Amino acid sequence: MLRLPWFEYRSPRSVAEAVKILAGEGPQAMLVAGGTDLLPNMKRRHQSPKVLVSLRAVDELRKLNGSYGAGLTLAEVVAHPGTPGALRHAAAQVATAQIRNMGTLGGNLCLDTRCTYYNQTEEWRKAIDYCLKKDGSVCWVATASKRCVAVSSTDTAPALIALDAKVTLVGPGGEREIPVESLYNNDGIDYLSRKPDEVLSAIVIPSSWKSVYWKLRRRGSFDFPLLGVAAALKMDGDVVADARIALGAVASRPFRIEKAGEFLKGKRLTDEVIAEAATLVANRAKPMDNTDMDLYWRKEVADDFAGYALKELRGDDMGAIRLRTARYLPG
Amino acid sequence: MNETKKRLDVIGKPRRRVDGRAKVTGQLRFADDLALPRMLHAKLLRSPHPHAIVESVDAEKARRHPGVKLVLTGQDFPVPFGIMPVSVDEYPLARERVRYVGDPVAAVIASDEQSAVEALALIEVRYKALRPVCGPQDGLEHPEPRIHDYGEQGNIHRNQAYEFGDVDEALRNADFVAEDLFFYEGNTHLPMEQQASLAFLDQDGKLQISSSTQNPHYLHRQLSRVLQVPESRIRVVATPNGGGFGGKCDPGGHEFVVSKAALVLGRPVKIGLTREEVFYVHRGRHPVLMKMKTGVTKEGKLTGMHLQTLLDGGGYGSHGPASTFYTGVLTPVTYHYPRFKFEACRVFTNKPACGPKRGHGTPQPRFGQEVQLDKIAERLGMDPLELRLKNLTKAGDLTASWLRVGSTGLEDCLRKVAEISDWKGKRGKLPQGRGVGLACSTYMSGAGVAIYWNKMPHSGVQVLLDRSGTVVVYCGATEIGQGSDDVLAAIVAETLGVDTGSVRVVTGDTGITPVDLGSYSSRVTIMAGNAAVQAAERLRASLAAAVCETLGTLPDRVVFSQGKVFAADNTGAGMSFVEAVTMAEAQLGTLSAVGSYSPPKPPGRYKGAGVGPSPAYSFSACVVEAEVDERTGWIHVPKIWMAHDIGRALNPVLARGQVIGGVYMGLSEALMEEQSFRRLPEKLSGALVHRAPSMLDYKSLTALDMPEVEVALIEDPDPNCPYGAKEVGQGPLLPVMPALANAIFDAVGVRIDEIPITPDKVLRALEAKAEGKAPRVGPDSYPSVPYPEPTFVLPPWEGGDGNESRKGGEKRAAAAVV
Amino acid sequence: MAAIPERVHLTMQVNGEAAPVSFAPYKTLLEVLREDLGLTGTKHGCELGECGACTVLVDGQPVLSCLALALECGGRAIETIEGVQRGPELHPLQAAFADCGGSQCGYCTPGVIMTAKALLARNPAPTRDEIREATAGNLCRCTGYQQITEAIESAATLLRAERT
Ligand SMILES: Cc1cc2nc3c(=O)[nH]c(=O)nc-3n(C[C@H](O)[C@H](O)[C@H](O)COP(=O)(O)OP(=O)(O)OC[C@H]3O[C@@H](n4cnc5c(N)ncnc54)[C@H](O)[C@@H]3O)c2cc1C
Ligand code: FES
Ligand code: FES
Repeated sequence: MLRLPWFEYRSPRSVAEAVKILAGEGPQAMLVAGGTDLLPNMKRRHQSPKVLVSLRAVDELRKLNGSYGAGLTLAEVVAHPGTPGALRHAAAQVATAQIRNMGTLGGNLCLDTRCTYYNQTEEWRKAIDYCLKKDGSVCWVATASKRCVAVSSTDTAPALIALDAKVTLVGPGGEREIPVESLYNNDGIDYLSRKPDEVLSAIVIPSSWKSVYWKLRRRGSFDFPLLGVAAALKMDGDVVADARIALGAVASRPFRIEKAGEFLKGKRLTDEVIAEAATLVANRAKPMDNTDMDLYWRKEVADDFAGYALKELRGDDMGAIRLRTARYLPG
Repeated sequence: MNETKKRLDVIGKPRRRVDGRAKVTGQLRFADDLALPRMLHAKLLRSPHPHAIVESVDAEKARRHPGVKLVLTGQDFPVPFGIMPVSVDEYPLARERVRYVGDPVAAVIASDEQSAVEALALIEVRYKALRPVCGPQDGLEHPEPRIHDYGEQGNIHRNQAYEFGDVDEALRNADFVAEDLFFYEGNTHLPMEQQASLAFLDQDGKLQISSSTQNPHYLHRQLSRVLQVPESRIRVVATPNGGGFGGKCDPGGHEFVVSKAALVLGRPVKIGLTREEVFYVHRGRHPVLMKMKTGVTKEGKLTGMHLQTLLDGGGYGSHGPASTFYTGVLTPVTYHYPRFKFEACRVFTNKPACGPKRGHGTPQPRFGQEVQLDKIAERLGMDPLELRLKNLTKAGDLTASWLRVGSTGLEDCLRKVAEISDWKGKRGKLPQGRGVGLACSTYMSGAGVAIYWNKMPHSGVQVLLDRSGTVVVYCGATEIGQGSDDVLAAIVAETLGVDTGSVRVVTGDTGITPVDLGSYSSRVTIMAGNAAVQAAERLRASLAAAVCETLGTLPDRVVFSQGKVFAADNTGAGMSFVEAVTMAEAQLGTLSAVGSYSPPKPPGRYKGAGVGPSPAYSFSACVVEAEVDERTGWIHVPKIWMAHDIGRALNPVLARGQVIGGVYMGLSEALMEEQSFRRLPEKLSGALVHRAPSMLDYKSLTALDMPEVEVALIEDPDPNCPYGAKEVGQGPLLPVMPALANAIFDAVGVRIDEIPITPDKVLRALEAKAEGKAPRVGPDSYPSVPYPEPTFVLPPWEGGDGNESRKGGEKRAAAAVV
Repeated sequence: MAAIPERVHLTMQVNGEAAPVSFAPYKTLLEVLREDLGLTGTKHGCELGECGACTVLVDGQPVLSCLALALECGGRAIETIEGVQRGPELHPLQAAFADCGGSQCGYCTPGVIMTAKALLARNPAPTRDEIREATAGNLCRCTGYQQITEAIESAATLLRAERT
């Protein structure tokens, strides 16, 4: 049986109290929400916080009025009738039903980056003499790289970026609100711009977008994204008034493709326009060979997935393709 | 079988399996569910090097760690083990050499698992790294350093060649010769239950181990050997296995470790492997590269086949010698090949050892054979169904290699599967991007010879009756989920005319059950089943003799049915089964009978003829429908049809479940399962590691990925089998992979000559097709393998007698059967 | 490590009864159920959230006991396979799994039954697709899932009949 290492457990009742503990304990303390990312990581000794600061008893993080509390479970986010398309599709396709009952939206946004050389047990990593991300000096994905290229694998982040959402971070010095995209650095190790003593408390999503999220994964459940395409549109009749497209799982951070958004503005979603926008999106997908499935293939199908997303926004019935690929049908 | 009883009461009726209740209530105790007072916990330290000399192990600090009771190293285990007598090459803990990342080196036994884990980190091992052998070709090119100091030569473990009739001539005389290369990647069993074992000294001071093993008998023998304790002082209890599939056939290092620790400490010691360790214990499907040449006439008759295989064996022998044979021997059982030659070579590599997985060695050549037939049919412009029907072996046939095909329902399977899948309406007629594929297979109902040479029965059963009317069946067979307890209960219940509710089955315990060789090669139904029939019939005869006078009839006119015993010609009068037992017990004393089973002698007499024969072969035919997205290569399988010749379904619910489960595992292998390895850049690292030793990264189908399966059971009772029942556990897996490959060809016209078949490969083949290149992805060269001069045997129809002879000439001295 | 207690004590509601228990604080709910409460019906296949074998119900929701800190289960309602049976009788789900081939080796069975129980509580008449979706977080290596789906369907029918 794989077990957790020893740790000290703290259970604050409020965000302020949590922040105070974090500030007091320094980097040896870590927040735990649903635990579905952190606990496997601790069992494999990726992260060994001396102090676990649990957010479970912090009721204010579970609010859902205007903004989404970071402590809402993914299942709750999916079930909420007001949740916009892209976020609902993304949250509904995370892992498995059991994990969605446990994992939170905040935890999903702060999910550790992933890599096939990193998400392994301590013994396995010892056999490759560790890697740049943890305890080693070489990035085995790109041995010449000075930077860790572990992949951002959160499904909800690209969705929230496309939706132009903002997150609230609460630290000892008070609150700040930043666009979701700026929560991330393109660095597999230092992947968040969140400070170690900040708590992500809420997510604010403007409601005016029509949006979808498409996920590429091997199987109908369990699997992390190999590619996530989120697209959000504002329409003026059948003309695109505004467009935001974001990609996940192809870099150390999720990011927006401004060019594709700009290109779509003022256009009708004809097959040609969709194909060209999809190419613009796909050009920015530069996956590394550190996830499941063949690297070149993942790159090759990026435009297809971008196309699926735009066609679905145009109103095409994409149910059959959704069922055949990710085996998910938005309800 | 009793003439007076034609109707079956139990057999063939859908019924709750006898162990069903325990499984759904959580009461069934798997090995890791066991706990004893004062129990200690063991953990293993494993090698981080793929190939190295162990220079020293310093465990002083670990011994002083709080909670630690004992540290064991290779020095504590001077005697090696190995499931086959010809490859006894493993130590419970490595002594001088480690041969794969994960090879166990030392063990800590502590008061709790956490302390044991902490102590492992304190053990200092000095290694001297050696060049790792990364694959079979690498092993052929680098005979040094040798991984083992035994084997054929260099790093070749086994190398063998057989020729049945002059195959070159057969190919020369064909109208054309199809020549293909195929590759089948290795994969593993992935049982849901991770192996666990609990060892302790019983009240008499004897060693007892409860373990998730498929083969308690073989483990018993190996424990005695390694621990140097007489077999009579060891008791092995096979706990119900949470899935086996062949992965719990070999004894594992951990089983010796906890046993030794219990002997040393006198306290119960438990170990539970982690999922990663289960990947290292492995013994799964060998990666096999194949070259296949088949001669065909214009009319579509096969003239002969020359098959070459190259196996990546991993670091130890395991079942490898048998696996090597199995990449050849069963190939000619489904279709008639007038001549057949196969050459097979297993190379040691620095990876976890491969061994038996569901279908043991045969899915790989079956894949090549069935895809090649599809290509041949295409070339001939013939329906692949017709081509197959034209070449089927017939009941009672001998193959060129002297295997006896007993009953066969393959033709019925083919016709049935074609009918239920609407093969004629679909093949070549579905819209572009959709297609159907067909394939067949066969599997043994138990192997003809035991793993170690002996003349004793393969299975023994004892049945005990007492005046309460309870029937107790004792048998060494092991319940691994396949339903062996249910098979025994059903057979005994049917024979004695009671329901399975009055039968208690006690299995897999070397302390109290008669020897059965184990749950492997689909042998339990036929072997333990036949032994059970014999024991139960003997008891029934005793009962009949005791009651016939009272019933006013002759002993062979006494009928046992539905808990009643009566005269065949006077069904009204009679007595209850309990009354009959009471009467018999009063007359004859305590009632018990034993039965045993040994398979018939195989017809082949050349050295090596012992691998492949079986008392009965099951047959299957499968149609897979596939949809392929031509832009992405994405593969979707909406439905699979499977017809399986089972002889008779003892319990149709279980039989159907075995078929669907086999289809599932076949499809999962066909689409995604891969036990593959990563060699880090040689200049920077010597690492050779398993790519994905976790349930998340080793992909297997989920409920959402599994298509509907339509099952047709073809029932034509086989006279060699208990109530006619043949195997069903392994056969239905085998045709799924080639049927998928063939369906993809029908859908989009590309050939994937490699397993698994993934979207990227399909897309690459589609791109090649678009560029006017060969629309195929698969291996494109076969290395030069130094196969030996073949053992030459004349086929039965060329005047052979089953012995080795000289090619084109007189016989060689008759060689013994292995 | 001075600040870390060797053991913690708390009381969970397990299968409808108060279960006071003392355990090492690093333990997950899975470990406490199996090792400290002796409820070995809950299985484990990975301990990393990757198989579903350890599924139990916490406050009625299927969750993975291998990823739940036992420390956080004080006062919560935990339901395991041991609590499903109705006195001496099998729950219709259990009966259906035993009768329809939903359980072969039985190792994944407790987890699947718990998942299915929550599904039927929320959706008494699920379609086959809904059943597959709900159970897609429980790997099974034996059955190919089809007889699991059939068993759940048949139990749903039985349970609906009971209700009317
Ligand atoms: C088998 C498996 C499959 C998975 N598949 C997917 C998938 O397909 N897609 C996907 O996106 N994820 C997947 N996950 C990962 C994970 O389950 C989800 O991302 C989940 O949403 C994480 O949320 P949590 O609350 O459990 O996070 P936790 O594990 O509690 O925390 C994750 C990280 O976030 C930090 N954190 C948590 N809350 C806050 C907060 N409020 N403020 C600041 N920091 C915080 C923690 O310190 C930790 O570093 C999978 C996990 C498993 C085990
Ligand atoms: S044990 Fe595998 S998910 Fe919990
Ligand atoms: S029944 Fe064996 S794993 Fe599901």
